[in-house]
Amino acid sequence: MTEIIAQFKLDYGTFKLDVDLRLPSSGITVLFGHSGSGKTTLLRCIAGLQHAPQGFLSINGNLWQDSDNKLFLPTHKRSLGYVFQEANLFAHLTVLDNLAYGLKRIIQKPNTEKFNQIIELLGIEHLMERMPERLSGGERQRVAIARALVLNPDVLLMDEPLASLDSQRKQEILPFLTRLHGELNIPVLYVTHSQQEVAQLADYLVLLANGNVQAAGLLSDTLSRLDLPQAQDRQAASVWHVTVIEHEAAYRLTRVAFAGGELSLPAIDAALGISLRIQIYARDVSITLEVAKATSILNVLPATITNIVDDEDGQSVVRLQVGNSPLLAHITRKSAQLLALKTGMKVYVQIKGTSILN
Amino acid sequence: MLSLADIDALWLTFKVASLATTILLLLGTPLAWWLVRTQFRGKSICNALVALPLVLPPSVLGFYLLVLMGPRGLVGKLTTELGMGTLPFTFAGLVVASVLYSLPFVVQPLQTAFTAIGDAPLEAAATLRASPLDTFFTVVLPLSRSGFLTAAILGFTHTVGEFGVVLMVGGNIPEKTRVVSVQIYNHVEAMEYGQAHGLAGVLLVFSFLVLLLLYSTLKTNPVSPLK
Repeated sequence: MTEIIAQFKLDYGTFKLDVDLRLPSSGITVLFGHSGSGKTTLLRCIAGLQHAPQGFLSINGNLWQDSDNKLFLPTHKRSLGYVFQEANLFAHLTVLDNLAYGLKRIIQKPNTEKFNQIIELLGIEHLMERMPERLSGGERQRVAIARALVLNPDVLLMDEPLASLDSQRKQEILPFLTRLHGELNIPVLYVTHSQQEVAQLADYLVLLANGNVQAAGLLSDTLSRLDLPQAQDRQAASVWHVTVIEHEAAYRLTRVAFAGGELSLPAIDAALGISLRIQIYARDVSITLEVAKATSILNVLPATITNIVDDEDGQSVVRLQVGNSPLLAHITRKSAQLLALKTGMKVYVQIKGTSILN
Repeated sequence: MLSLADIDALWLTFKVASLATTILLLLGTPLAWWLVRTQFRGKSICNALVALPLVLPPSVLGFYLLVLMGPRGLVGKLTTELGMGTLPFTFAGLVVASVLYSLPFVVQPLQTAFTAIGDAPLEAAATLRASPLDTFFTVVLPLSRSGFLTAAILGFTHTVGEFGVVLMVGGNIPEKTRVVSVQIYNHVEAMEYGQAHGLAGVLLVFSFLVLLLLYSTLKTNPVSPLK
């Protein structure tokens, strides 16, 4: 059984949590929601830092909570790593001793090679003898991430690890997180309220509101669901996984392939065969009925309309399928009517801009 | 200067205060921790009981202890049953009285230190596989060093300075219960002002130096609460 099953019911009077989730046991699952949506409470229930009176939690077949059978494993007996919003390092211990604190307490024999790999991955080799008070906010958070990772836990729980950092420090840590993803095979549950972090990190997305799960699914599927407020947001975007296939040095362009076709992007400094994540804002996508012969837009792709929803501001949100990749387009309702767009129609999408996420 | 009886009184005071402080740290630590962490409804009652010696006249505390530990008191009957005799006017009785009298001076600084630590380091330790007891010894104790220093010094000096309780419970028996404060009283009663000056001076200088040590240590080594 390689999956995470998390069911919790909790009632604090003004706040109720009621979730029933099955999550993949690999990759990064982002728990997304506004403050008060219950995302941190859910994470704390998974860690056992909060005891939901009714709960069932199984991580890859290991039972951590089963309230029907009065089972509740205390936090220190759960094979997890937890990264708090504040780094929460032990002020009386050096960086090295902070890292060693958990290692001394696990039964599993510490793997020196892996330890060094993590230290190097997070770029904290030179900080080992320092006391936490002499670290910058970004360094502290990197040490905290390393401290959780060296335990080689069954699951890594991260509670808005970037929220307390300024945008520059965020950019300092995000690359480490995406590298983690590639190099360590530990499932991550990541809490955030930042759409940027969702687009950049999530493989699987859980949307929470008022203590309930609104939607859960693969990132591209969930982002393009028109019944969710996300699709109507001005910042609505689709995220595609692409592979670099060709550099057109003369034009300073790079050709990439995605599930359903190819795209030209501004030159990317990446080797052929590298996988990337790109983001396409819905407002950058326009729709034509025929291939325009004369257009300055390079990326024109055949697509099929799978759904259309009108919002209250004269905007139509169109969900399309380009090959196997879902795509969102925001167009005016007037255009939608002039073109007589309908579900099932074959059209062409023009993509005016994309941004690389990693 | 100091007579042999004065030295005896000093030595006895030192013994009582050291023993009382040790016992207070051993009992006060779990008590303070429990008072900080518990959700128990009767917590305020416990807090008030712990703080009572702060406001009660020492003679009142001494009076109740005398009655309780005397031959007809509950504690007295128990100690007699156990073959220990009764505690008033003995060294043991003096230590028990000192422990109760100085309790808030040890428990309150510890409560302050434990409260300052907050939940965050405890939760971090739990996610790093440390059991609650393990966390207490490896995280809470080191992070509340300054609280322990304050508690130990205040407990010790306050015990050294007691008078009313000692007089009620301990009496005035040389080498057994005659501590410095009582000895000074004796000197004054006997109009031996020179002797009184000697002992009083020792106590004054000692107390000042200890407090100086406390405040200078806390100033240069503040244990910053973790954030």
